[in-house]
Amino acid sequence: MKALVIIKKTPDTETKIKLSGDGKSVDSSDTKFIINPYDEFAIEEALQIKQKAGDCEVVIASFGSADTKELVVKGLAMGADRGLLVSNDGLEDADSLTAAKVLAAAIKEEAPDIVLCGKQAIDDDNMHVGTMVAELLGWPHVNVVNKLTVDGNAATAEREVEGGQMEVYEFGLPAVIGANKALNTPRYASLPGIMKAKRKPFDNKSPSDYGLDASALQSGIKAVVRGYKFPPEKPAGKLFEGEDVAVMVEKVVNLLREEAKVL
Amino acid sequence: MKVLIFVEQRDGTIKANAQEALTIGRKLAGNSSDVAAVVVGKDVAIEGLDGFGADKVYSVNGEDFANYNVISYTAAVDAAVKDFSPNLVIAAASPMGRDVMPRLAARNDAGIITDVVDIQAEGDAIVATKPMYAGKCLADIALEKSALQIVSIRPNVFAPEKSGDGSATVENLAVSIGSDINLKTTEIRKGESQRADLTEAVRIISGGRAMGAAEKFSILEECADVLGATVGASRAAVDSGYAPHDMQVGQTGKVVNPNLYIACGISGSIQHLAGMRTSKVIVAINTDPEAPIFAIADYGIVADLFEAVPVLTEKLKGML
Repeated sequence: MKALVIIKKTPDTETKIKLSGDGKSVDSSDTKFIINPYDEFAIEEALQIKQKAGDCEVVIASFGSADTKELVVKGLAMGADRGLLVSNDGLEDADSLTAAKVLAAAIKEEAPDIVLCGKQAIDDDNMHVGTMVAELLGWPHVNVVNKLTVDGNAATAEREVEGGQMEVYEFGLPAVIGANKALNTPRYASLPGIMKAKRKPFDNKSPSDYGLDASALQSGIKAVVRGYKFPPEKPAGKLFEGEDVAVMVEKVVNLLREEAKVL
Repeated sequence: MKVLIFVEQRDGTIKANAQEALTIGRKLAGNSSDVAAVVVGKDVAIEGLDGFGADKVYSVNGEDFANYNVISYTAAVDAAVKDFSPNLVIAAASPMGRDVMPRLAARNDAGIITDVVDIQAEGDAIVATKPMYAGKCLADIALEKSALQIVSIRPNVFAPEKSGDGSATVENLAVSIGSDINLKTTEIRKGESQRADLTEAVRIISGGRAMGAAEKFSILEECADVLGATVGASRAAVDSGYAPHDMQVGQTGKVVNPNLYIACGISGSIQHLAGMRTSKVIVAINTDPEAPIFAIADYGIVADLFEAVPVLTEKLKGML
């Protein structure tokens, strides 16, 4: 058995986003980058599949810049077996479909039984790449998965949708699974795990290694970011303090009805 | 511009987000003959679309489509795309829309923008604005080089408007799903909560770390009952085990957009503010007057939530 986890480098959730002076790009010069938090649930799930299956290789793969390697190695420190980084050199502005094309080509060659990723990346919040990879490979996918059971070549997954409603699916492998937070609790890398990770096999690839033409990928990018902006600032609100709680609450309730008109 | 709307339904009832998508589609198309809708399901009541400007409704109807399944639903929408040849497909950025549209985009090598809050046409090309980093900033994205363009729009942002009272011509579209379909929907289990989902809620009352224990969320539940609100939680409350993850509001939880958001004992970390800052009116209750939540609150009360919330519930009871 082979499980492949797609991860993405994203800014830490506590990052205050800064924009370049011309608004054309996000200024990430002093941003702390992490493994997309939802991808950690995908790594943990792959490791649990390995524990149950016994004979199972777990590959951590990413399409990204050279410094993404250290995040892939973090996945190896958690217990995965091999790292794979497909360079996005020259394709830094790749849209989600372009990234999916590159990853699908790599996954086709890797031929895993199951692909796991986070339900979405917390930078663009798109929920695109895992689903697109499944479509490009002709595989089923289930995204926003709270529970996964793998039994040989068959699997079941529970997908969370609106109102706490759960959709339950049966499907054959290979398939793509998008992990939600409720799926598991990711383990921390142990110190020996961190030491061992540096010696684990790691493949550096480029799209051309999978027969993809970088200039064709570049000209195939369809979603082009024209610029970034901040949401409009809210005017200062009304703050009540130091009065009797009942008086303050009454004032706010009256404002909600008469000024804000939401009651 | 020719526009196709993917109409979302659950249990045979059309969702309000379909009316929002149709309203936008009609404005972008200009000409009503250039707007079509596709409804996928079993015996869906499509009267809810009347007056929203679609001349033609493709109906993909049958047992194969009774339950939502991304493989069969993508095949159904794709069949309508092939028949109508739209420049643009619009869906809601709901769990269903966000599941089907990326597959449709990959199948048609189409550009896609998800969770759109503003949209313009430049000729037949779309330029749309979407939140990034759970709303910490916005991106303007163009789909200039794509023959087929796909967007999903954030629910509760675009107001639905009727354009008349005409009903659409229904065209049945036969879509066969092979027996070798490799994904089966075996069960759809209803949520236990009778309340609206956080992402669809008009009013939300949320608790943070200061709740102190899971059972203390009952005081928020009581207030929510009076308000008709949904109860949410901060990541601090979820990580402390006071609330389940599906109640989490913020960057690694749900991004919400209600008319009224009441934050109780929530300090307002960057990732929480990102997930709720577009709420139309924000009320914050916190003992710390320096809490960052007050910077984006329309109305702030510096008080212990355990004193203020029961009073709030009583005042609302007398009013609503």
